[in-house]
Amino acid sequence: MTLLQLEGVTGYYGHLQALQELNLSVNRGEILAVLGANGAGKSTLLSLISGELHPREGRVFYQDKDITQLAPHLRVREGIALVPEGRHLFGTLSVEDNLRSGASTRRRGTWSLDAVYELFPFVAARRKHRAAVLSGGEQQAVAIGRALMSNPSLLLLDEVSLGLAPVIIRDLYAALGRITAEGTTLLVVEQNITEALSVANYAICLLEGRVVLEGKPESLSQREISQAYFGHDLGPSSKAAS
Amino acid sequence: MIWVNAVIQGLLLGGLYAIFACGLSLMFGVMRLVNLAHGDMGVLAAYFSIILIEHLGGNPLWTFAAVIPVAALVGYFLQRLLFDRALDGGELSPLLVTFGLSIIIENLLQQTFGANDQSLNIGALSYQSWKVTTDVYVGRLNVIIFVIAVIVIIGLQLFLSKTRTGLALRATADNRRAASLSGINPKRTRSIATAIALATVAIGGLFLAMRTSFAPTSGSSDLLFAFEAVIIGGLGSLWGTLIGGFALGVAQTIGSQINPADGILIGDLVFLAVLAFRPQGLLSLRSVIAR
Amino acid sequence: MSELTRTPLDETATVTRGTRGSRVGLGTGIAVAVILAFAPAVTGEATTNDLTQFFILLIMAVGWNLVAGYGGMISIGQQAFIGFGSYAVLDLSLHGVLAWYAIPIAIALSGLVSIPVSFLAFRLRGGYFAIGTWVIAQVFQLVIGQQSNLGGGAGASLNDLNNLSPITRDNITYWFALALSVLALSVTGLLLRSRIGMALVAVRDDEHSAAATGVNVVRTKRLIFILSAAICGGAGTLLIISNLEVQPNSSFSIQYSAFMIFMVLVGGIGSFEGPIIGAVIFFILEQSLDNYGVWYLVILGAFAIIVTLWLPRGIWGTLDPQHRRSVVPLRHQLHVDTE
Repeated sequence: MTLLQLEGVTGYYGHLQALQELNLSVNRGEILAVLGANGAGKSTLLSLISGELHPREGRVFYQDKDITQLAPHLRVREGIALVPEGRHLFGTLSVEDNLRSGASTRRRGTWSLDAVYELFPFVAARRKHRAAVLSGGEQQAVAIGRALMSNPSLLLLDEVSLGLAPVIIRDLYAALGRITAEGTTLLVVEQNITEALSVANYAICLLEGRVVLEGKPESLSQREISQAYFGHDLGPSSKAAS
Repeated sequence: MIWVNAVIQGLLLGGLYAIFACGLSLMFGVMRLVNLAHGDMGVLAAYFSIILIEHLGGNPLWTFAAVIPVAALVGYFLQRLLFDRALDGGELSPLLVTFGLSIIIENLLQQTFGANDQSLNIGALSYQSWKVTTDVYVGRLNVIIFVIAVIVIIGLQLFLSKTRTGLALRATADNRRAASLSGINPKRTRSIATAIALATVAIGGLFLAMRTSFAPTSGSSDLLFAFEAVIIGGLGSLWGTLIGGFALGVAQTIGSQINPADGILIGDLVFLAVLAFRPQGLLSLRSVIAR
Repeated sequence: MSELTRTPLDETATVTRGTRGSRVGLGTGIAVAVILAFAPAVTGEATTNDLTQFFILLIMAVGWNLVAGYGGMISIGQQAFIGFGSYAVLDLSLHGVLAWYAIPIAIALSGLVSIPVSFLAFRLRGGYFAIGTWVIAQVFQLVIGQQSNLGGGAGASLNDLNNLSPITRDNITYWFALALSVLALSVTGLLLRSRIGMALVAVRDDEHSAAATGVNVVRTKRLIFILSAAICGGAGTLLIISNLEVQPNSSFSIQYSAFMIFMVLVGGIGSFEGPIIGAVIFFILEQSLDNYGVWYLVILGAFAIIVTLWLPRGIWGTLDPQHRRSVVPLRHQLHVDTE
């Protein structure tokens, strides 16, 4: 069953066309991985879904409602939450206040302060600290926790693994499994292909604003992906490509 | 002993400046908007009180109950109808719009009430005083203003730290983008900030009108004092604003003690000295209303 | 395999300044200035004095447009330099310098005094910069108001020029006003055509990118601030020789800021022509609304709000959004022949 649907969406990042007539649907309960290099249009896609950008053409449907023009905070109320790239925590606020601010829509659901602390025990230990003094991994966990506090139906994750140590990335991805178990649908934007494909049910690859490859992770070959990722072969057989 | 007296009187005066300053600081924190008509709105509140007394009589103290909610309401809609639009126009627009508003308010007041000084007569309270020592007397009204100023600041601080709306204000001040991505309604938050700012400046305006005389153009100097208190105390903390208010008040009364005409100038010079040597302000707590 | 189309480098590209219209504009400007120079011989004394007042307004507008429109610094304290210019002429004349000679010295002093001011004011940004400059103007007013040799709070008269007949005095004042207007406009125009001007536009449009491309942002802004102070000081020198008296409250009045902001906003902020158009409109309004007392200021404030919100580029910017019709050749245009 479709939770989110983009129909012929064209989005601009400043003056640059970042997405061209994109069609995309996200099914309830799945984990969709969106892959692509820098500038492929991944962040623009997330901004269009979170409501920070409005498409120049096309429409966005969520639970069969047209939300194309809906403001970001109203989308959170409808159950779409974004964990932005670079985390964007409230650095001057305590960890607990950061989490609480995520609950400002008062949506009901399974997520609460206690549930988030249970998911990320290391965050619970720092609940009184200012968010700015936390390590990168802790901050990322708080950012995910803050989004969960709004009890989203659709959680958007932008570059969760960026700049983090492998051991922390593993912990965070382990938590994603538990989040979907609570019924939340995930859309994961990543440059870290391996990690994203390990959790995803379905993956799409963006190149210059278009979907160039899609399918179930197990059906996609390494070669197909790198071709889609870079727009050309990078395998040992095509060293000379440029 | 005259210096002790000057310091005490300065602290009492500083409380009033802090009331004026906290709203300025709140609005700047939440939406980076500097309301150049901030002082004029305090003066407007005082004239509103005068009208109420003229028509309904009684001691001006009761008019707080009418003026504060009206001011908050005006603030809410001013934000919705004018300031939000100005904020969409870039960095310069809010300054130009609020400066235009300041000119309008000052001249409309002058047109309506004349340029003469006015004051709110609160009867005996205006001259009664308590004796501290043989040389030091404190005016009862001044002490009341001081106490209420401190209560207002503490109350605002508690509101910001303990309530959902306060959290929304702090979150918005810290990171606007993240706030709206967390489901916080930016328009509502901004309107609440302006409503609070106008409510507090109305309190300040009424107290100032009880304490001294005022005129249609008094708003400009009130704005400058409020601004100096904010900068002296250090951006980003209500406690800093309170300390800044005290520092400015003491500087002015000590200045006046040296030479009656020098009070404001000494206050200005303290402000410039802080700007030159301690631009982060006296109390640079990184907290509360961010950055 | 790049799909990007690249422009070949061997194409002929030429950079030009201005258009035919702008050359015509420049010529017209010079002609107007020359004609205006002979105005006192033709018009009556009252007209001469009115034109003097117009030039003073124009100079103020040019000064404020420079600091706010090009420097991106909303100052509401330029009256510090207007008042300083007036009082500098008074002080110099009290020390035996004839008022006419005092004018250039006072202008230079206004620029000089703005240097320490800039170091204080530049610690503040945006809205706080605006109020900070206002406080500094108040300090100027309070300090000068306490100098008893300058008349203290009551002010003083400039007696230097009393031996001249009123007509002679007014005519000389007029020529000074005209000359300073032309000077202010030319200096602004030349500055904007220079490398500094291009740096300035870069700083205004995007401070961070400008800094990244090697523009010294603070130094550029300071230069603008000093120049604007000198121009405002120039307006102050004209005020005292046309009014023959000064008084701290009026010489440092915040109303000057209101006037400057109004003129520049209405004309078109950040354009060369904007302040000229704004000054003309303001002057006409001032003359026609003279009888309405404070209502005229209320209308001014309302106009400022309306223009800011609904006509943010002012009259000139709305007429000429791409600066194609610029009367004065300030812009560099790139023409690429693609044959």
